[in-house]
Amino acid sequence: MNQHVQMTDEACFHCGQEIPEGTHFTAIISGKPRSMCCPGCKAVAETIAAGGLEHYYKHRTGDSFIAPELTGKDLPSNVQAELQLYDNENIQKEFVIDASDTEKEATLVIEGITCAACVWLLEHHLVKQDGVAQASVNLTNHRARIRWNNDEISLSSIMGAIYKIGYQGHPYHPDKEEQLLEQEKKRAIRRLGLAGLGMMQVMMLSIALYAGAFQGIEAKYAQFLRWASLIIATPVVLYSARPFFIAAFRDLKSRSLSMDVPVSIAIGGAYLASVWATFTASGETYFDSVTMFTFFLLIGRYLEMQARHRTGRAGNALMNLLPTSAIKLNNDTEELIPATELVPGDIVIIKPGHTVPSDGYILSGHTSIDESALTGEYLPVSRQEGDHIIGGTINVENPIKLKVSEVGANTKLSAIVRLLDRAHEEKPTVAKVADKVASYFVAAVLVTATVVSYIWWQIEPKDAFWITLSVLVVTCPCALSLATPTALTAATGTLRQAGLLITRGHVLESLASATHVVFDKTGTLTEGNLTLKKTVPLADLDSPKVLQIAAALEAHSEHPIAKAFHRYKETNAADVNVTVGQGLEGKVDGKIYRIGKPEYASQLCHQALSNTDAPDNHGQWLLLCDQNAPVAWFSLNDQLRKDAKLTIKRLKSIGITTEILTGDSSAAVQEVSSALDIDKTTANVSPQEKLSYIQKLQEQGAKVVMVGDGINDIPVLAGAQTSIAMGSATDLAKTNADAVLISSELAKLADAVLLARKTRVIIKENLGWSLFYNITALPLAATGFIAPYMAAIGMSASSLVVVGNALRLTKLIRRKPVK
Amino acid sequence: MEIIFLLIPIAIILVAFAIWAFSWSVKSGQFDDLESPAHSILFEDDNELIPDDAKPKDKDRD
Repeated sequence: MNQHVQMTDEACFHCGQEIPEGTHFTAIISGKPRSMCCPGCKAVAETIAAGGLEHYYKHRTGDSFIAPELTGKDLPSNVQAELQLYDNENIQKEFVIDASDTEKEATLVIEGITCAACVWLLEHHLVKQDGVAQASVNLTNHRARIRWNNDEISLSSIMGAIYKIGYQGHPYHPDKEEQLLEQEKKRAIRRLGLAGLGMMQVMMLSIALYAGAFQGIEAKYAQFLRWASLIIATPVVLYSARPFFIAAFRDLKSRSLSMDVPVSIAIGGAYLASVWATFTASGETYFDSVTMFTFFLLIGRYLEMQARHRTGRAGNALMNLLPTSAIKLNNDTEELIPATELVPGDIVIIKPGHTVPSDGYILSGHTSIDESALTGEYLPVSRQEGDHIIGGTINVENPIKLKVSEVGANTKLSAIVRLLDRAHEEKPTVAKVADKVASYFVAAVLVTATVVSYIWWQIEPKDAFWITLSVLVVTCPCALSLATPTALTAATGTLRQAGLLITRGHVLESLASATHVVFDKTGTLTEGNLTLKKTVPLADLDSPKVLQIAAALEAHSEHPIAKAFHRYKETNAADVNVTVGQGLEGKVDGKIYRIGKPEYASQLCHQALSNTDAPDNHGQWLLLCDQNAPVAWFSLNDQLRKDAKLTIKRLKSIGITTEILTGDSSAAVQEVSSALDIDKTTANVSPQEKLSYIQKLQEQGAKVVMVGDGINDIPVLAGAQTSIAMGSATDLAKTNADAVLISSELAKLADAVLLARKTRVIIKENLGWSLFYNITALPLAATGFIAPYMAAIGMSASSLVVVGNALRLTKLIRRKPVK
Repeated sequence: MEIIFLLIPIAIILVAFAIWAFSWSVKSGQFDDLESPAHSILFEDDNELIPDDAKPKDKDRD
């Protein structure tokens, strides 16, 4: 095996990354020295330890995110400058509210939360800051609500505090749809709670009535109990059951049948008949059946809604792409304004390191733009005067003047958001099948109920009503309609907790039948960014010293190669010059150094070195030279993901063929492939060829799961039966994918396939059981053997069986160990 | 048995109060995050292990 894809045993205590050879960073955690991979992790770990919050390491369930660029106690100046923008009142008015005269409140989206321990750490760290009155972090949607005293602490210091423990905060301003979604969810919980409480009360009174019917009860008590039931049942019918009436009305208007129609007839009819019986003190009341029926139906609806709202968190990530502020140019004076106030035609200045606030054309300046957020391409592209650039990308090198061309809903980024919205609306296909079955079933039920009531009207008019009611309640296809959504919800929830966010309903269905898993190499099997692998000092300086010099120089560049060094920066360089595409030259401790391509760097010491002179021929080598001699070699590489090897083994063990399909043509592809023992590798293919390759595979009957991350993968992601994007993928890729591997833990793929297979089995069991129940119960109800309350209990019991069966999916399947 | 004419109305009033309380708790966001509170209870035990000077101030603990 090749040396640079080999894993060393020692991993960073904080982030779990491999520790580069030749570096020694340690932090004291709970009295023990721990190895760290970079000064960033070291600083974060030390901040956590200094706050007495070391227990975080004991409780966390996964590695922390890689620490940001951070050395020592102070924030890097560019981060500091960016955070200070948030103190500006114009920008704050977008997302900060005045909680009281002295206190302000804001909601931030926090990047980097991986488990409940993160929430604990953030909350405790934040309330320790002087002036922070309250901080609560939501693990489900990664939002933090913070309340602080503006006289004692500024928002930028709070966000700085978040940054120092290894997370990043962004202001959260929800759009209208998101607010509506939140309201809908709260209303649903309230409906459910009301129905539940009402059901329990009415049930209690009903038991008294039933017992009274057997043992004899004075008419005045029976009548009083009925009135009490009426009072409790009324809000349940009017508020909790309202969605059913509204949906039934809508269905009738559009001439389609859903289960809302018989449900509404049953609830409405039983309620009105019971009210009539109560007022006239005659006949039976069915308030117990009404409330119980409503409650159990609402549980099903709630579960279904939760499954639909899963993608909410993906929306957070997209919004973070656009900056909150922009520097507008008014007759040569710079003015800081909220980015939302830009209009087409405005001229803005974008400084290096800043995010482009809107789509537009470059008026002057020549720079390179990092479009990785949209395209996944991690090397920046060159843009000059007249070029169109997209909001959300990052300006890397030089300041540019931009003429704004599109804002708001017209920007390319908004188009992506709309794509996501469309994904939201799509209903799972498995559920659709069940809905169709249910709608035929409903028609059959309505016809049967009419026939039954007509026949009984002829035989015994006084029994006709309750028997019809029993038929309606007992045959309610609740279990049938619950069968699929509950299983899907349980499985989706389990996978989400494991780090796989499913955004489209068919995923579980197609994962279960998957035969091939095809990986795109960049960013899926490998980390997708360059990291420092090896430092080879040539002169009498030791590794940490040469690394310091290199980091000081590279700090002046935002190039991905330079970024690999940013984590090690401890000193400053002066007089730095950048030669585009070659390297950098600058002064460190009074001496001139060059770092970059060997050809470029070796010119300084009047030698001619090239890549062939490097210590070995794996990866990318950079040379550091001073004026006399070469000083050190640095090896950079895109490293394999920690769990890649295990994942491939597991997938193979459950009978899935693994393939690599990549546009990359370098030798690295073969290295990765052989290191991981991949079944088949196809390198050097264009996006078009990738798509046709996948289509051909599928025509041959294969069920393909494509795992990708960049924009070049999007046609393939769309073309494959199931597509999974990595959590670090571009947002465009994420919105096109059917599922997102949030935790970026590849090992979960095998778990997901196993769970999907089990889900399929459980859905079949559920459908079988509920059909069996409905078909056997119908004749009994039609012949008058089942009273309405018994029908309601039977209906609920069959629903509970279905739900209980689905709950078996809440645990990941225990894997057999792979040899 | 006349007592039920008093007790049942009281029960209804209590239920009404429970419904109001539930509705208030939904509105104030207590049902927004059903995951982390289950875990956070486990973390709080360590309080006496944290040095006094590093403990969050009383006013912050609500």
